[in-house]
Amino acid sequence: MSFLPFAVAAWLFVAGLYGVVSSQNLVRTIISLTVVQSATYVLLLGIGYVNGAKAPIFADIPQVSTAVDPVVQVLVLVDIVVEATVTALLLALAVQAHKRFGSLDPHDLRALQD
Amino acid sequence: MSRGVRLALFGIAGPGLAAVLVIAFTGLPDFGAYHGIYGQVLTGIGVSVRHATDLVTALNFDIRGFDTVGEEFILFSSVVGVVLILRELRGEEEEVHQEESDEHHFAGASASLRALALGLVPSAITVGIYVVVHGQLTPGGGFQGGVILAVGPLAVFLAGRYMSMKALAPTVLVEIGESLGAAGYALVGLGGLIFVGVFFKNFIPLGIPGHILSAGQMPLASIAVGLEVSGAFLVGWTQFFDQAMIIQGGEQ
Amino acid sequence: MTILQIAALAAVAIGGGAVVAAPDPLRQVIVLGVYGLSLTVLFFVFQAPDVSLSEIVVSTVGLPVMVLLALRKVREHELEQEDHDEQEQEG
Repeated sequence: MSFLPFAVAAWLFVAGLYGVVSSQNLVRTIISLTVVQSATYVLLLGIGYVNGAKAPIFADIPQVSTAVDPVVQVLVLVDIVVEATVTALLLALAVQAHKRFGSLDPHDLRALQD
Repeated sequence: MSRGVRLALFGIAGPGLAAVLVIAFTGLPDFGAYHGIYGQVLTGIGVSVRHATDLVTALNFDIRGFDTVGEEFILFSSVVGVVLILRELRGEEEEVHQEESDEHHFAGASASLRALALGLVPSAITVGIYVVVHGQLTPGGGFQGGVILAVGPLAVFLAGRYMSMKALAPTVLVEIGESLGAAGYALVGLGGLIFVGVFFKNFIPLGIPGHILSAGQMPLASIAVGLEVSGAFLVGWTQFFDQAMIIQGGEQ
Repeated sequence: MTILQIAALAAVAIGGGAVVAAPDPLRQVIVLGVYGLSLTVLFFVFQAPDVSLSEIVVSTVGLPVMVLLALRKVREHELEQEDHDEQEQEG
């Protein structure tokens, strides 16, 4: 049972990858990429967890209490916001590709098509 | 390669990847038994050394502030990319539809939706500013508060008042705010370089933990990041908005 | 591991599968919003309130709004293209 978070992270990663591989629509690919990213968040937070510990905020608890690892939380929280913006960039590219080639199917996008 | 071949390849590679991942994860320490030294040292001395009760924000902007500079410029440059890609798209059709989109209403925006937005806007902006400024005391900080701040003008847009949203958050002002935020954060780091000799070392007196103006340059860094993140999201949304609104304005 | 953590992990696993299995991008967006909410609960139960604050707004408002606007723009292009083709056929 203590392996569950890592198993869920592996499942999310592979399921998201399946979504990317099997999609016929660029927007579907981008949304499945979001699922792959969330797999890394679950993995990182699962690594940093300490049994019976509290959040690393000491505004109301004395400082000597144990806390979960704060370093992985920093990585994840900045990553969430930054990846949202990168997804916006990918969506802009998809819209531009649709304008250029007339379809959102990755199969129809050939850069050097005549 | 065709879709069938791709799926067949994934049928072999997918389970293989899953097996490799599971085998790799069994080598990790058990869930809940993590004893990383760096984190433990920080939770032990963080408050007394940095005078900030929220350790995560202290790590983000002070102890590991240098990493955050890199992340923030990823954000900035991807928004620049969105603007560049979509602006070329917009220039062709703007002349045709500009005059028709001047006062545009969504076809289904009712009065109750507008009333809801009226309640949402001040609360979103207030909560956003609260979360940004209290980053070093309670969960929060520049990144979280910035996104909450950006929801205010978005609520105005969703209630159907595109032009009012432009009045609340004019494009030039938002872009300037975003650039100021990015530059401001780098300037805070440079302040450390100039006054103390190390890039991003805290150069403002630390204050008493638990008060708002504590932990040195962290409130400044939080505000700069909050400006930048909210500006980034608003600029990104506006690029998509303009195209959708201009086209729909042409229909009506 | 508490019961709450196990329940949150199960919700996240089911949500992830649902996002990938949804039939078209419009439905995927709505499932993505709910998936983000379940991730927020999971981060909160893992004692990470900062992370859940960050995730809640981005995943329920930020990302779906962008995807919906992009889908709208694509649809408008398609409709314009059809009008264009009809005009060329008539003319």
